[in-house]
Amino acid sequence: MSQLEFEKQIIEVEGKITELKNMSSESSANMADELQRMEKKVHKLLTQTYSKLTPAQKVQVARHQNRPHFLDYVNVLFDDFTLLAGDRNFANDEALLGGIGRFQGQSCVIIGQERGHDTESRLKHNFGMARPEGYRKAQRLMKMAEQFNLPIITLVDTAGAYPGLGAEERGQSEAIAKSIETCLNVSVPIISIIIGEGGSGGAIAIATADRIYMLEHSIYSVISPEGCASILWRSRDFADEAATALKITAQDIEKLGLIDGIIAEPVGGAHRAKAETIQNVADQIAKALKQLTPWDADKLKAARRQKFLSFGQAA
Amino acid sequence: MNWLSTIIRPRIRSIVNEQKDVPDNLWSKCPKCDGMLFHKELKASKNVCYHCNFHMTITVKQRLELLFDDAKYEKIALPKVPHDPLKFKHRKKYVDQLKDAQSKTGEREALVIGKGTIGGQNTVVAAFNFAFIGGSMGTAVGEGIVRAAQEAVQTKSALIVIPASGGARMQEGMLSLMQMPRTIIAADMVKEQGLPYIVLLTNPTTGGVSASFAMVGDIHIAEPGATVGFAGRRVIEETVRETLPDDFQTAEYLLDHGMVDMVVERTKLHHEIAKLLCLLMSPTTDTKKLKGSGYGDQSKDAKGKNSTSTPKTKGTKASVRKASDLAKEPANKSADTQKNAPKSAKTSQ
Ligand SMILES: [Zn+2]
Repeated sequence: MSQLEFEKQIIEVEGKITELKNMSSESSANMADELQRMEKKVHKLLTQTYSKLTPAQKVQVARHQNRPHFLDYVNVLFDDFTLLAGDRNFANDEALLGGIGRFQGQSCVIIGQERGHDTESRLKHNFGMARPEGYRKAQRLMKMAEQFNLPIITLVDTAGAYPGLGAEERGQSEAIAKSIETCLNVSVPIISIIIGEGGSGGAIAIATADRIYMLEHSIYSVISPEGCASILWRSRDFADEAATALKITAQDIEKLGLIDGIIAEPVGGAHRAKAETIQNVADQIAKALKQLTPWDADKLKAARRQKFLSFGQAA
Repeated sequence: MNWLSTIIRPRIRSIVNEQKDVPDNLWSKCPKCDGMLFHKELKASKNVCYHCNFHMTITVKQRLELLFDDAKYEKIALPKVPHDPLKFKHRKKYVDQLKDAQSKTGEREALVIGKGTIGGQNTVVAAFNFAFIGGSMGTAVGEGIVRAAQEAVQTKSALIVIPASGGARMQEGMLSLMQMPRTIIAADMVKEQGLPYIVLLTNPTTGGVSASFAMVGDIHIAEPGATVGFAGRRVIEETVRETLPDDFQTAEYLLDHGMVDMVVERTKLHHEIAKLLCLLMSPTTDTKKLKGSGYGDQSKDAKGKNSTSTPKTKGTKASVRKASDLAKEPANKSADTQKNAPKSAKTSQ
């Protein structure tokens, strides 16, 4: 699962490089040359491959298990980051996390989905698919941000809201709708980054923001390509076609005018260079915060409303 | 998000076709209890099976006539939007799918807006048409709901939205997802004015439609048996392998779980909604005095009186506080108003 089919050749060469490096005790000038040659080759292959990823390939990259996830970001980006738990009503959702922390000196509320990185953590975080409690916790934290006049940063990474019996019983629809409504009405700036997969209602529930950015190889879609294919093509085998037709890449969505920018990923994707990716995201958050600070609550809300009202309006 | 449509559509289609093709004097079968239904009686019962109370779909036109006083309303045109923004193509082109739906339904999109009075109260109704690509919500529908909300605000009317939709119009990709926040903004514009925003959930209301404007109403009403939920039943069964109760995601199930205020039979909808609108929009008038002037009665009973007692003239009778007063707010802050109108206090925020 961690190996992408279209990266096969690249991963082979990468493996050889690691092998060579491990033999470094007996390194010679010859081997150093060979190493350099191979590293150049990998870089070239990666550059070529990643400059023309198909939408279907982007889906795989966006879901790659080694991509930096919510907790990777907050641990690096926020000082004194403190997780806050619970919706004060039913439970603490482990798929949608949130807390407070200091971003470059400014206290913020941070909310996002955590998918987990191995079997154990994936199960713990329910693969990043939140239940109503998660969206109600998000609402609680957004209101707390408003109470203390703190900007909100959301990191979006989910296949979607969890489709389950309990989730429906406890009002998944209502929880998502109210979360969107809360995003729309908070009196503090809200900045959203799609860091991996932006899966439908479960994503927009925390991505209705003043500024929305997508990582270069992330995706954002109204329905998963697999789901779309099974309905419109009557078979999941057409997921690749659906991925293309749905226009789910950061590049397509920027063209549609629905996001404020794309954050570059290092050559070969975020899963090859976590630290660099996280730094790029930090730079974008800093820029956006600077644009939005200081804020006038009424103007901020009016502008946010206008931004979303304009989506889909005739020009 | 539109996954329900593939399951439900064939059944609905058979009902619709039967009604078109069969002359009035013939019988048809109830899809639920197999009971024989005489078409004339079915028409009188508003397409509700008079054996088992199964609520079949009705056309949007029937729906609006059922709700408005005297079955009278003025249709409001949907704003124009760019159609097929993605140049979407699956097994057929989306533009062709749109044309087919337009010729099948005679409507431009999956939403119809009407305005008139219900129980004498000014009301704008936006009703989904499930026959139009599963009632799915794209930019045209989203813009229609925004338009309906603007009309409600301008004319100090209540807004009622009636979803019948499998969810988002996936053929419009991310633009359809963006209709979720857009339609919530629409609902908020109405609520901020102290005007009632009522959602009437009909079969089906799922996916992105249920998770947006449909769940932020002041009052949620559902028709008996309507399927209302976020994820489709089949999706939940396939992905989670949980056993689902028989009444899962029905209107009654939602009532049990606190998501709707009431489940109301179709034939009683006009009465219930009229009563609610009077309570919310004319808070100091004894509702009994409103009876016979359109409130709660069938159109034929109220006809003569209703035409003379529009909300305006009625207001003069017994110091009725109309929606128009509520919405004016600051100008309206007499001591009396403040005491008696908790609802309007909220508008100042
Ligand atoms: Zn029946």
